[in-house]
Amino acid sequence: MDKFTLHEGGVVPLDRANVDTDAILPKQFLKSVKRSGFGPHLFDDWRYLDPYREEQDNARRRPNPGFVLNRPEYAGATILLARENFGCGSSREHAPWALKDFGIRALIAPSFADIFFSNCFKNGLLPVRLSAAQVDTLFAQVAARPGYRLCIDLMQQRVTTPSGECFAFEIDAFRRDCLLNGLDEIGLTLQHREQIAAFEKRRLAERSWLNIGAAVARCRLAGDRCGGVEEA
Amino acid sequence: MTQAPTLYEKLWDEHFIREAGDGLGLLYVDRHLLHEVSTPQAFEGLKLAGRKVWRIAANLAVADHNVPTSHRDREMTDPLSRLQLQTLDANCAEFGITEFGLHDPRQGIVHVVGPEQGFTLPGMTVVCGDSHTATHGALGALAFGIGTSEVEHVLATQTLVVQKARKMLVRFEGALAEGVGAKDMALALIGLIGTAGGTGHVIEFAGPAVRALSMEGRMTLCNMAIEAGARAGMVAVDDTTIDYCAGRPFAPTGRSLDEAIAYWRSLTSNPGAEFDRVVEITAGRIAPQVTWGTSPEMVTAIDGAVPDPGDEPDSVRRAGILRALEYMGLEPGVRIVDIPLDKVFIGSCTNSRIEDLRMAAAVVRGRRIASGIRQALVVPGSGLVKAQAEAEGLQRVFIEAGFEWHDPGCSMCVGMNEDRLNPGERCASTSNRNFEGRQGAGGRTHLVSPAMAAAAAIAGHFVDVRQFPG
Repeated sequence: MDKFTLHEGGVVPLDRANVDTDAILPKQFLKSVKRSGFGPHLFDDWRYLDPYREEQDNARRRPNPGFVLNRPEYAGATILLARENFGCGSSREHAPWALKDFGIRALIAPSFADIFFSNCFKNGLLPVRLSAAQVDTLFAQVAARPGYRLCIDLMQQRVTTPSGECFAFEIDAFRRDCLLNGLDEIGLTLQHREQIAAFEKRRLAERSWLNIGAAVARCRLAGDRCGGVEEA
Repeated sequence: MTQAPTLYEKLWDEHFIREAGDGLGLLYVDRHLLHEVSTPQAFEGLKLAGRKVWRIAANLAVADHNVPTSHRDREMTDPLSRLQLQTLDANCAEFGITEFGLHDPRQGIVHVVGPEQGFTLPGMTVVCGDSHTATHGALGALAFGIGTSEVEHVLATQTLVVQKARKMLVRFEGALAEGVGAKDMALALIGLIGTAGGTGHVIEFAGPAVRALSMEGRMTLCNMAIEAGARAGMVAVDDTTIDYCAGRPFAPTGRSLDEAIAYWRSLTSNPGAEFDRVVEITAGRIAPQVTWGTSPEMVTAIDGAVPDPGDEPDSVRRAGILRALEYMGLEPGVRIVDIPLDKVFIGSCTNSRIEDLRMAAAVVRGRRIASGIRQALVVPGSGLVKAQAEAEGLQRVFIEAGFEWHDPGCSMCVGMNEDRLNPGERCASTSNRNFEGRQGAGGRTHLVSPAMAAAAAIAGHFVDVRQFPG
């Protein structure tokens, strides 16, 4: 996984509450079996004036000049400033993939939806929760100062404004460690392979109904294709 | 375990393997449902790392999001969709995972298929790369949606690192009025607490009106927990749960079933259990609900009207209402019953079970859809629901009224296949999300119950199903 330690970058303000993952990456792009290439379709319905057509070259579509991501003063921004409940709705990880692919490295909002929040960390994308008042302050500063940048220090857990103002944020130690070190979470979990196996063995023995039903049904349903029970 | 644990705490403790620090736990996952959209990248990751599936029998796959719901005998024309379905087939074959294929009578929406097959049962942890996994909590399970990286994690380790949630109790006191159902309860709750009201929480639904619901109704209610921001919703086990589960294909039998039932009966919050937040709602006061905006919290009763943004003091919320009204093509003050419709959709993991179809058919029976309705669609949640409905003659009722009768899938709830709204079209939908573009770019969605959708199809506009001549 990509690391995140300290990041300094331009800020793009998306002044809407309850931005859902359907808006972040609309469903017509969920047919892809890949993890990459979603950036051009980030906020697709808001970002372009003409609707998406598969046969059309995306680069020839007409950007919506009123949408904040298309405004020249925010070109190259890597920090998305948003309102409460950002990322609500569908669990699609395609939403953080699209943000990442577009070039966003961190998000700041008063709150994030739970699944989206968790998905960000798996992709080296840092969602920062600040208070509604702090977020208000940042929106005001971005609007007032062209070329506004922020520095986000994950080690110190703070956001620093150009004038040196600091906002501390909370993050749990596990996710922070994973991001700081770019750790593979599956690899980390598999370090506890024996403990998981022992837990599973005990659980399947104590709650035998968990096991038998599935195994029997599997054989029954799969008919002659089933060579037997594959339970460990 | 605390002195008086909640249902959630019991399920958490039962699956807790080890601390992962700071309120995070490594939980054991009993059942994992897979579909074509959120799994290809997970299998790819597994293969790149040379990892195996930890426990093959814990997994069940079925394509639902992107499947055609008509003309299944024909080759799929969209190459991307075809590749996505073929990728699921190939991954399941390679890793030995049971898959209900497109022509299997058990194929359907994962959240309809899981409980229907008894693959998901009380006391289990159930996950799936889909936010509406909350549905399975109706069984007295801990069920929640995950992202693709977590799908890979579950495949490889049979576990997940999970943040312990806060506990919310939503009690529906009293009884529902005739013509009002689980969908109205869910929407009324979301209208009350908002789409972020349940963020960081697991919701337990309780009270006499919940106890009185069938399993189908409880699934509708838990399904919408995510729309209230809660990753999981759940209902304590009772006779209704046990009667529903016993005898299903994947459910235990004989002595194993007896053991299971003895355990399942313990899956309730103990008397005196404490919650971080309690919401009480008088069920009898809930009227049929209709959303008017682009978030499920933008909802009102059928006798209500589109709100005036000028009445909203908060500027961010006011801007949200203005945007929503513009997108929805609605003026403040318009009565809900005066909103004309172009399309009607009855289906989705929220409302496509047999009971939903029966409720809709009861309204439709002997009538015709209004002339202004361009398309009225019924999409059963699974092949077995479809067969059951056909055995009961429901499909004839729908077809004679002018509805289309389709094969199972997510269909117009997610709009990935051919079933979708065109720009500007207005739809009464039994699905779960009215987000901008959800049912098709530019489409306008109003969320309602199956009975309300059926009545709207007949009238051509919203109508109070309680006063609809029966």
